[in-house]
Amino acid sequence: MIQFADLYKAFDGKPVLAGVTLDVHDGETMVIIGYSGSGKSVALKHVVGLLHPDAGDVIVDGRPVAALDRAGLYGLRREIGFVFQFAALFDSMSVADNVALGLRRRGLAEDEIAERIREALALVDLTGAEERMPAELSGGMRKRVGIARAIALRPRYLLYDEPTTGLDPVTSAVMDQLMVRTREHLGVTGIVVTHDMRSAYTVGDRIAMLYEGRIRQVGPVAEIQQTGDPVVRQFIEGRPA
Amino acid sequence: MIERIGRRTVDAVKAVGRFGHFVSDLGRALPDVATWGGLTVVQMRRVGVDSLPVALFIAAFTGVVLALQASYTFTGTVPLYFVGTLVGKTMMLELGPVLAGLALAGRVGASMAAELGTMKVTEQVDALETLAYDPQSFLVIPRVLAGTLMFPVIVALAILVGIATGWLASLVLLDLSTQEFVKGLKLFYRFKDTWFGLFKSATFGCTITLVGCMVGLGTRGGAEGVGRSTTRAVVYSAVLLLVLDAFWALVLLR
Repeated sequence: MIQFADLYKAFDGKPVLAGVTLDVHDGETMVIIGYSGSGKSVALKHVVGLLHPDAGDVIVDGRPVAALDRAGLYGLRREIGFVFQFAALFDSMSVADNVALGLRRRGLAEDEIAERIREALALVDLTGAEERMPAELSGGMRKRVGIARAIALRPRYLLYDEPTTGLDPVTSAVMDQLMVRTREHLGVTGIVVTHDMRSAYTVGDRIAMLYEGRIRQVGPVAEIQQTGDPVVRQFIEGRPA
Repeated sequence: MIERIGRRTVDAVKAVGRFGHFVSDLGRALPDVATWGGLTVVQMRRVGVDSLPVALFIAAFTGVVLALQASYTFTGTVPLYFVGTLVGKTMMLELGPVLAGLALAGRVGASMAAELGTMKVTEQVDALETLAYDPQSFLVIPRVLAGTLMFPVIVALAILVGIATGWLASLVLLDLSTQEFVKGLKLFYRFKDTWFGLFKSATFGCTITLVGCMVGLGTRGGAEGVGRSTTRAVVYSAVLLLVLDAFWALVLLR
């Protein structure tokens, strides 16, 4: 279980998160929606300790992330897969080496690493792309390699930062299917940060809207679709103010 | 005015604090040999291959110029075999390490700052962290070790090339014999001349790579930020290199 417990974060004195409180239950996919710059990615990065909160904390399976020492933090990160907005693939490494990097860190044998790479790339429909370099891939393919890199670790949690941003509608739909398939295949708990409502409805069990640094509303997809909150309504319908 | 001085002072103190923090992180990552061991060899090859041509090119011309300037200064006053003394001493003690160091600050320091800066702004450094790698072990230690170990090798070769071109220039342009040049070369030679230059270049290599990595990993913003970091790395490295040069002369040559 991942709990955001009254999380505060400001950059250069400007508050971005102002008391985020949210529980993500085991086995569910929580989608966090919100306007660009509302702090969705900032909240997500606190889960893996990439950012340190000004106050409050994120608690993963009872472990307060900000209070963990370095060894504890790396131990936690071994249980979490993170898919970055622009994939964040290592330019100098092939697709296979990108996927293998985290596995080597875990000390797996080379034959098991090869098997996991094959399996992960098959799951994201990229069989045969092992030797290609990131520069040779399209945006959608890069994001799929990013997912393969995360799922090859067989994590307990998968965090997606804007997985469909910058993709055409068809490729976005493919990414959505992929996230659903990944969850069914691995049974992981997921947090998806997005402002793409079609994607949110497809992959989410529950949706939380982050607005002005706090969770404005959280609930199952159907409940959010029927919301009477004018701010949430305006966002999900994409109406200008 | 006073406010600006105050702000600058605070910025400078913060920079020193960041540097201290960076170096302590580096020390903490040192036991992780499994990560940095193999990568250091790759970086040593890169630093060597990247740097050798430019360092040798500079040294070759410096040797010729030194021989000609020495002859111009000595003619009619000092025996010409002192050309060998001046070429040897100057290449070993000063120009070999410093000129190569300055050239490599531009070549190696800038390239490291740009590479790590790009990795930072494209979240590759964050990705490393989420894969449970310490960026200090994976990115910084291999580069700093490679710089510290390879710079003396590069400078040693540069010194040899500088002395060789000085000798050739003396033979061809100054009518000096090989025996006379070698006599001058040996005249005031001390073993300290060799180790001083090489030790100094190791500290230059460490400084240039450390600054390149620290500035690169501190990059903010997009392409503009990477450009700013690259320039900053070259300027800081060059300044620190000259300060270190004076420091070692003060400490080791007095």
